[in-house]
Amino acid sequence: MWLFLGKRLFAIVPILLGLSILVFAMMALIPGDPATAILGSYATPENVARLNEQLGLDRPLPQQYLIWAGNLLQGDLGRSYALNRPVAHEVFERFGATLILAGSALLLCAFFGLLAGVVAAVRQFRWTDRIVTLVVLVGISTPSFWLGLLMIMLFAVHLQWLPASGMYAAYGGGDLPDLLRHLAMPAVTLAVVATGVIARLTRTAMLEVLRQDYIRTARAKGVPERRVIYRHAFKAALVTVIPVLGIQAGFVIGGAVYIETVFQWPGIGRMLVNAISTRDLLLVQGGVLVVAVSYVLFNLAADILQALLDPRLR
Amino acid sequence: MLQPLPPAMGRLATALGLALVFLMVPPTPSEARTPPNVLVVAQIAEPKSLDPQTVTAVNDFRILMNLYDGLVRYRPGSLEVEPALAESWEISDDGTEYTFHLREGITFHDGTPFDADAVVFTFDRMLDEEHPYHDTGPFPLSFFFGSVVNVEALDPNTVRFTLAEPYAPFLSNLAYPTGLIVSPAAVREHGKEFGRNPSGTGAFQFGEWRANERVVVERNPDYWEGAPPLEAVVFRPITDANTRVAEMLSGGIDLMVEVPPDALGRFSGSPDYSVHEQVGPHVWFLILNMKEGPTSDQRVRQAINYAIDKQALVENVLQGTAEVAAGPVAPAFSWAYNEDLEPYPYDPELARDLIKEAGYEGASLTFYVTEGGSGMLDPIAMGTAIQADLEAVGLEVEIETYEWNTFLGKVNPGLEGKADMAEMAWMTNDPDTLPFLTLRTGAFPAEGGFNSGYYSNPEVDRLLEQARRSTDRDERARLYYEMQEIVHEDAPWAFVANWKQNAVTSERVEGFGLEPSFFLLLDDVAKP
Repeated sequence: MWLFLGKRLFAIVPILLGLSILVFAMMALIPGDPATAILGSYATPENVARLNEQLGLDRPLPQQYLIWAGNLLQGDLGRSYALNRPVAHEVFERFGATLILAGSALLLCAFFGLLAGVVAAVRQFRWTDRIVTLVVLVGISTPSFWLGLLMIMLFAVHLQWLPASGMYAAYGGGDLPDLLRHLAMPAVTLAVVATGVIARLTRTAMLEVLRQDYIRTARAKGVPERRVIYRHAFKAALVTVIPVLGIQAGFVIGGAVYIETVFQWPGIGRMLVNAISTRDLLLVQGGVLVVAVSYVLFNLAADILQALLDPRLR
Repeated sequence: MLQPLPPAMGRLATALGLALVFLMVPPTPSEARTPPNVLVVAQIAEPKSLDPQTVTAVNDFRILMNLYDGLVRYRPGSLEVEPALAESWEISDDGTEYTFHLREGITFHDGTPFDADAVVFTFDRMLDEEHPYHDTGPFPLSFFFGSVVNVEALDPNTVRFTLAEPYAPFLSNLAYPTGLIVSPAAVREHGKEFGRNPSGTGAFQFGEWRANERVVVERNPDYWEGAPPLEAVVFRPITDANTRVAEMLSGGIDLMVEVPPDALGRFSGSPDYSVHEQVGPHVWFLILNMKEGPTSDQRVRQAINYAIDKQALVENVLQGTAEVAAGPVAPAFSWAYNEDLEPYPYDPELARDLIKEAGYEGASLTFYVTEGGSGMLDPIAMGTAIQADLEAVGLEVEIETYEWNTFLGKVNPGLEGKADMAEMAWMTNDPDTLPFLTLRTGAFPAEGGFNSGYYSNPEVDRLLEQARRSTDRDERARLYYEMQEIVHEDAPWAFVANWKQNAVTSERVEGFGLEPSFFLLLDDVAKP
């Protein structure tokens, strides 16, 4: 087990190395530079050259990369040109916000997805199954940013129950209930699609398991139905569902970009979009790095969980 | 095979559903309302820094103007300067020495006194590369003061600027955020982090900055013009325009700027909101390539000006958020704007004749359009409308669309060999800036300017040089009048629109008005 863990963790290093070179090269290839972005209308060649020199962007690209990589090894992610603050501060603050949003969305979608899937499978072809399947289908097909706007119109503008955007109240606030009120709409919106995916998958996996011989044996032995479904069938079905949860975690973090924009959630997705349009190279590098590490870790966690549930995989 | 649903699961589902509903029930019914005496302002983006010398965006200026003062400022409702931290000043006869007499007894928010040394520190930090705090930059707009060779404290309340040559826009540049006076003690204490720990002399002092959530500024009880009525102002970055509108409608904010044209109608008819409009120092135009192709012919350039239905553009595409432009100077610079200049009328017949006469019927033009950018309004829709207008008079127009920074990278080095026309927009603080940087022979891209269409008229060059050196406003005005007439006739651009900035306030906000400078001044605003 520890060997497996160590190997998987070590495999992250070449991935990150390749990724950072790729991001660096892509940012160099797209036209425009940070100095032009900062100066806007006043970007004369003279002003651009002077600002590039002050920002250290007049050096050759490989040298810039090596400086960045060297600083990274000392734990320094550099300073954002556009925000004029250390990249590490910005990236970790924003990633924290994304984790809160994506984490609650993931909890919601895991719980409701599994629940709906099990209910639908147990009641296959009955009206409960039909309703669950229909709701799930609608959920999967709804563009999340549109759903977000609809929710804002209903809950914030018309009913005025929930704040329309942001993470905390504009003045005062800042406590947990304040955070939960702001979190409710974006987390639910973000969870809707993933819930559908998980529900469908769970339903299929459960149906598969329920047809197995050992389930019939369990029933024949007189094991109560509740116990058959929870202890025998559900646990076996989870083995199939858990790696998908890992992948969904990646999707949820990716999909958070839209939701973060609609609800003005101060997360890392929105930060990356802004950083790319202002050509803020170091901020893009730092952001991508953190997202990539988290993606790998999520999948690793899913693998470990799966191995714990299914001895054959150990 | 039918399976009974375990009852526990059904109960659990119900319980969870209820929990979710309770989560959504508000603790207090007045949840959305903002507290009295605290103004919540929706900004269009997260500020970059609150160090006035390091920023370039209007979005940042809106906060800065409330935290700091300059030696001079724009008189309310105009773009003319009046005294601020300087009570008075004298200009030497040759126009190269400005001596300012400072107001006494003013302190920075950090408690240190405002004096001549603070003025010297502010400008030396930005302009002198040897200054110990020059590394707190970069200072992208320091070229506004590029003509300053020396700043000297004559006594604690007198400071003298020496310029290399006469430079008329100097005073209005001092009124710009780049000229705001910072506390030397705060810069020394915070170094590079001064931008997040600002200290000035303004009506409001810095409270807190929670990244990507809010910047709070609080009443300065010792403000030299009297403490402002508001206890605090909260600036919230809300980048998505639809979300800004939703926040305004749900009562989460009190003031929003840059309201999308589509949403204005929702506010203008309602007694719960006030809509504010103000024409600013903005010009939206098409750069025409004068070096080659059809647009090198004056008749074609004039034809393009006649062919574009500018009235329809500002009314339909921009839904009344702009006015038709007549020439290269924005009407907001009232003293320098030539009122006699009429916009090119919409006359497709005349345009068709001019194009035929020039022999360019059916000629094809490449047109650079951007997806969006500072001051560009609705560039794709505008570009498409212009394309249709030009095709109606016999020109084939091919649009190439680029993301803003890519677009600047293509347009700024000049259009030669690439395109015949390009969209562009400028917002400036002095009537000198735009023509000086975009219409002179000395401003060709190769010379380091923005004359991307290669317009060259020795008479215009002479008028602009002369206007920049004159410190007499009436003489400058006369020179700009003349320049505008010549440029209008030469038509190096298609003059399209002047943007009206807008804002919406809730009915609780009192005493608010927009400024032609596009700054947001809140020292007289109240919200009981």
